[in-house]
Amino acid sequence: MTDTTTSHVEHDTGHGEAPGVTEHGHPSDGQYVVVALVLGAVTGIEVAVYYISAIPKHLLTTMLIVMSGVKFTAVVLWFMHLKFDSRVFRRLFATGLVLAFAVFLIVLTTMHFYSPSRR
Amino acid sequence: MATTTADPTDHDVLEAGHHRTATGLTNEKIAMWAFLASDCLLFGALITTYVLYRGRSVVGPRPHNIYDIPYTSVSSFVLLMSSLTMVLALSAIQRGDQRRLRVWLLTTALLGSVFIGGQVYEFTTFVRKGLTIHTNVFGSTFFVLTGFHGTHVFVGVLMLMSLFSLSLKGKLPQEKSQTVELVGLYWHFVDIIWILIFTLIYLIPT
Repeated sequence: MTDTTTSHVEHDTGHGEAPGVTEHGHPSDGQYVVVALVLGAVTGIEVAVYYISAIPKHLLTTMLIVMSGVKFTAVVLWFMHLKFDSRVFRRLFATGLVLAFAVFLIVLTTMHFYSPSRR
Repeated sequence: MATTTADPTDHDVLEAGHHRTATGLTNEKIAMWAFLASDCLLFGALITTYVLYRGRSVVGPRPHNIYDIPYTSVSSFVLLMSSLTMVLALSAIQRGDQRRLRVWLLTTALLGSVFIGGQVYEFTTFVRKGLTIHTNVFGSTFFVLTGFHGTHVFVGVLMLMSLFSLSLKGKLPQEKSQTVELVGLYWHFVDIIWILIFTLIYLIPT
């Protein structure tokens, strides 16, 4: 029989219980520290590549966006527990992100941001 | 005459006062995620405006004249580490460890305050260098975006101090760990927004 009376029960997460996951379905303190170390290291790399003048501008921009995406995803999945929580929360947040990105693209396109005359 | 006693399992009330819902998820947590999703649109609009007007200022100062990347990098690191202390606070209350809960809540609030202090110092430096919200489009979009983010951090610090106060009064037992989790979600959201701001506004060359 399934228990649906507690607020920390896994709800259709699509994940089995991972090693190091607590009874609340959240990572252990050790895992949190590892994630934080990774975040700190990626931030250090971001700042380091910013000062390497030999890197072409487009490559630098791509590298920075990728590293930022890695940090963003790590915080959302582990610290905000979206990796472990219900799919409902994941979809809710993804909707906000997708809408925000759509607004970003629509506004830039409408204002001819990509037009060569604006460069 | 028979009396009926309230049995939480027979009514629409879950433990710690949370109501049963069709999804099996608590309303408070769904509401927080819905709020965060809507806040994505707010910051999306502000970041879009900044990107749209990047490099369009007719008069200076311009970003490369005033940004202090090493200084902002330290601020970013401080805010990132505050996310770690926030999850450690949540972990502590879920174990019923009130002492560690208070230590981590206070540490998170302190790190948040350091970040805000850093931002106030940065704003002051920029104003001294001639950049105000009225100077040019860079100043307008920069101060509005980072100002909104700073306000979010400030509200987060107030919420953290409220939790700390509740814990001191014994009003934040282990059963109410979801309250800490909700404040934590807000705090991490503020962190991920800064991750984007740091890259898009400070690091990516104009």
